[in-house]
Amino acid sequence: MAELIRVKDLRTSFFTPEGEVKAVDGVSFEIDEGKTLGLVGESGCGKSVTALSILRLVPSPPGRIVGGEILYRGEKPRGGLAPLRGRDLLKLDGESMRKIRGNEISMIFQEPMTSLNPVFTVGNQIGEAIHLHQGLGRRETREKTIEMLKLVKIADPESRVDDYPHQLSGGMRQRVMIAMALSCNPSLLIADEPTTALDVTIQAQIMELMQELQEQLGMSLLLITHDLGVVAEQADEVAIMYAGKMVERAPTKQIFSRPLHPYTVGLLNSLPGARGHKKRRLDAIPGVVPSPLELPGGCRFRDRCPKAAAMCAEAEPELVEKETGHAVACYFPG
Amino acid sequence: MSLLEIRNLKKYFPVGGGLFSRRKGEVKAVDGVSLTIQEGETLGLVGESGCGKSTLGRSILRLVEPTAGEVFFQGKNVLNLAPRELRDMRREMQIIFQDPYASLNPRMRVGDIVGEGLEIHKLAAGKKKRDRVMELLGQVGLREEHYDRYPHEFSGGQRQRIGIARALAVNPKFIVADEPVSSLDVSIQAQIINLLQELQEKMHLTYFFISHDLRVVEHISHRVAIMYLGKIVEIAPSDKIYQEAKHPYTRALLSAVPIPDPERKKERIVLQGDVPSPVRPPPGCSFHPRCRYREDVCDKVEPGLEFADGHGAACHVFGPGKRA
Repeated sequence: MAELIRVKDLRTSFFTPEGEVKAVDGVSFEIDEGKTLGLVGESGCGKSVTALSILRLVPSPPGRIVGGEILYRGEKPRGGLAPLRGRDLLKLDGESMRKIRGNEISMIFQEPMTSLNPVFTVGNQIGEAIHLHQGLGRRETREKTIEMLKLVKIADPESRVDDYPHQLSGGMRQRVMIAMALSCNPSLLIADEPTTALDVTIQAQIMELMQELQEQLGMSLLLITHDLGVVAEQADEVAIMYAGKMVERAPTKQIFSRPLHPYTVGLLNSLPGARGHKKRRLDAIPGVVPSPLELPGGCRFRDRCPKAAAMCAEAEPELVEKETGHAVACYFPG
Repeated sequence: MSLLEIRNLKKYFPVGGGLFSRRKGEVKAVDGVSLTIQEGETLGLVGESGCGKSTLGRSILRLVEPTAGEVFFQGKNVLNLAPRELRDMRREMQIIFQDPYASLNPRMRVGDIVGEGLEIHKLAAGKKKRDRVMELLGQVGLREEHYDRYPHEFSGGQRQRIGIARALAVNPKFIVADEPVSSLDVSIQAQIINLLQELQEKMHLTYFFISHDLRVVEHISHRVAIMYLGKIVEIAPSDKIYQEAKHPYTRALLSAVPIPDPERKKERIVLQGDVPSPVRPPPGCSFHPRCRYREDVCDKVEPGLEFADGHGAACHVFGPGKRA
């Protein structure tokens, strides 16, 4: 399977009056064509900043991508760009980056309520990207927009196209967001907590839709979520982040059957009813995530880790492949 | 003995009807709910946003005034109490809110937040109050030096601990926990769930635990009630509801929960459409437009909650004594 994108040692920092916050501190991963990588972690671990960095949408100032490479190998026949092998997105000028955003790589945000503009119709908002990237006329843009609404299974798309966001329910707004993201047939879709704001029954609808569309359109998916249940059902591979670092990466089945990092183990055990234990106390992870301004030296998880030893304080463990495709950053894995 | 009994409780909110406009209708947020909660029990209440679960929780404490119905707490009807009696009653009934960021006064110190109830009910003052608050902070896993700090200095999980300490301060018997862990990360969520369970054992508390998260509710509750559009559609002991769910809505809801186990492929029932507007709920069974088992009777007659073996369901097709 051909690799679509390779992120190498990505570092993104926010420069605040209190000091430099290393939100993403050396993260690497690849996604193959047509595959789904689930990026999992708790709030503040850097998973959304990773996504924004790929699209170079990190608010600057205070944020800045301070290092790394993002090699993107996808190319569309009509991108206007020479078909290079592995363009580094971080080196592109603004104009070239604009041609990639929304066209080759697009993104769905968590909050369908706030990421749509309330004063434009949904047709208008979906059509904008189609018009800009595909250069279609007004009539054709409208037709394509209706086609997109049909694709995401919005009932009665011919009249819905003229609705404003407030006239739609949360689930429908998320469908509109998906229609917008897919309108230019991207090679990579980044979905940042796409179902978190939705109720479970609506979440099930959206997840099913996304799976169908991915099969139909053959795109790759970077799925960012805190919900291990969602990744178990959607992802081919899972990467776990903690305090700006990737601590474990493995095929989905392995991460659930043989988690190696104590943090991954802790996350799985703290889920109610996850591993067949009932009415017992949950094995919570003690303590809290350290402040990004006062990270402990050595392994960032050691304060909360049941296996922590002296060497964990001395140097930060590297992400090392222990088995084929299964990498972990821990001195005492398993 | 049942600690709390709710009979046919209703809360309707007017829609429209501003100063100059005509009243356009009502949102039937809670529409004829009857429940009992036993002493020492945790009753879980599950439903999707807008189904009326928070309104139900608040109606019990009269934080919103119910439109009709009765709420008996230890044999007394809470809805008939005079303001002074109600205040005394609230010593026994407390609430923990969902959003630990919005439910703590940012200008009050933690000690004052937790101790406010003690002063209002004249339970302790001065040094005695301070000692009691320190004890409470310890019970919820905070430290004594937190007494003089402000809420913004705490993380989400710690704030939720403050909210719990505040609820416990007056030694209540009954606590409404309205989505107490929904805004927390999984690892912190587990800490708070464990704390709530420990406190229940130690202080013999009774919980009404409201949540949209079925996994959390299953873990913590003895019995679970499922709510849809202002009504209870199913109620049963928690192992029963997860294994022998009767109502098609309950089954769809259960099957929609993503399971963190990639080896277990299950059949998912994906419900079509959205929850209908509570201003104009569908006639008959309010779930019938989304139900794939509906029969002729379903859009005409509203099914009542009928019980067999402590398992209640409101369904014409799968309810007790209907089809197995």
